[in-house]
Amino acid sequence: MTNSPAVDVAGLRVRRGGREVLHGLSFAVPRGSITGLVGPSGCGKTTLLRVLVGVQAVAGGAVTVLDRPAGSAALRRRIGYSPQSPAVYPDMTVAECLRYFAAARRAPRADVRRVLDEVRLTPEAGALVGRLSGGQLSRVSLAAALLGAPELLVLDEPTVGLDPVLRDELWTLFHRLAGRGVTLLVSSHVMDEAARCQRLLLMRGGRLLADDTPAALRAATAADDLDQAFLRLVRAEEARETAAGTNPRTTEVAS
Amino acid sequence: MNPVITLATARRLLTQLRHDPRTVVMLVLLPTALLVLLRYVFDSERLFAHLAPALLAVFPFLIMFMISSIITLRERTTGTLERLMTMPIAKLDLLLGYALAFGLLAVLQVAVTLGVSLAWLGVDIAGPVWTLVLVAVLDALLGMALGLFVSAFARTEFQAMQFMPVFAMPQILLCGLLQPRGQMATVLGWASDVMPLSYAVDALNHVTSSSTVDTDLVRDIAIVAGCVLLALLLGAANLRRRTP
Repeated sequence: MTNSPAVDVAGLRVRRGGREVLHGLSFAVPRGSITGLVGPSGCGKTTLLRVLVGVQAVAGGAVTVLDRPAGSAALRRRIGYSPQSPAVYPDMTVAECLRYFAAARRAPRADVRRVLDEVRLTPEAGALVGRLSGGQLSRVSLAAALLGAPELLVLDEPTVGLDPVLRDELWTLFHRLAGRGVTLLVSSHVMDEAARCQRLLLMRGGRLLADDTPAALRAATAADDLDQAFLRLVRAEEARETAAGTNPRTTEVAS
Repeated sequence: MNPVITLATARRLLTQLRHDPRTVVMLVLLPTALLVLLRYVFDSERLFAHLAPALLAVFPFLIMFMISSIITLRERTTGTLERLMTMPIAKLDLLLGYALAFGLLAVLQVAVTLGVSLAWLGVDIAGPVWTLVLVAVLDALLGMALGLFVSAFARTEFQAMQFMPVFAMPQILLCGLLQPRGQMATVLGWASDVMPLSYAVDALNHVTSSSTVDTDLVRDIAIVAGCVLLALLLGAANLRRRTP
């Protein structure tokens, strides 16, 4: 059982606002790993993460999370989700806010102190959420996802607005969690963070461009860094599309 | 359903309000202030005493409608609702938590309004006070449940505010506050008959004018309570875990 992937996606299609935004994605995320989801903004990263945590309506395909269909009630205690917007209550203190999420997650109250310490927010426990800085807000959001010790963490841009020192601390935390067997799926559009992942999913325009380790991606594209590797993959894909006459821009106009 | 989560949700809403004392003061004192104002506009204790009971139903209804539709909309737009929907919280936990918090607030609001009306403004009620409190609190819950329900149709806070005249004002115009329900044109009478606030005002008028708790009163109260339940269930049906 534990050898099955934490996330298994086959042929996932999602329509939003009458337009298909995910065009048949297939990939697997191994357990106890840190997988980075990277790609330009608007490419469907958030939609994909919303599917995994069960709040996005799906048009087709099979999505299995921790051996159950995505969105199953039993999964809600086993997944921690931190959305891109902080999604916390500005008119409460940090501790009050986390105590409420702990109750909603059915996590022990003592968990609040642990997660505050993990995201280095203990000094701000009594501060009003609405008065925090952007970086502190995203850490409250992350802390809420850590409540209840979930087996799978789905984090949408968790390090936006953080200084390099804090970012480094959080990535150390992510690796410590993965060492304990937690699976992490982290979206980002910063490539230097992608380098700290064990696997990378590169997305563009609702499709997967690549699914590999950072080292293999650099090697395959003969690039020095991941920025270069990503650019080369995009250029190669565009050339293929133009040659095959399936460039997304032209086909979308035609349909 | 989990009572711990329901209570935690009620406590959360009250905590949010505690950090916003200005809103609490307005919630508790505004209806009373308006009643005092009205009392001196009429400048006649008899005329005012005739109208006051119906207003005891209208104010909590109106105010809770506004507050709950804005709070729910905020949960949607800030993403906290989506976050909760990924957690093992039942939709009913959320709605009952809301009902509990707003119900408590309504008790406080009605107690102050009623206390001032009876002690100072010369309102006299024949029936037992608890029936009046019960009906007024049910009205507050009705406003809350309707606010929750309609906020799902609003995309912005501007739209949510506009729903107040759409859903609340017709009920206020037709509930018997301005014109006795029996004297309205037939079609308006029908409209009035399907609006829950009409039964609340009937019940309050009954309590003020008669000391008996009879089947009419029980029926009116049951109708209002049924509408609260119905609006809450519609609200639950409108809360979706998966959104397009």
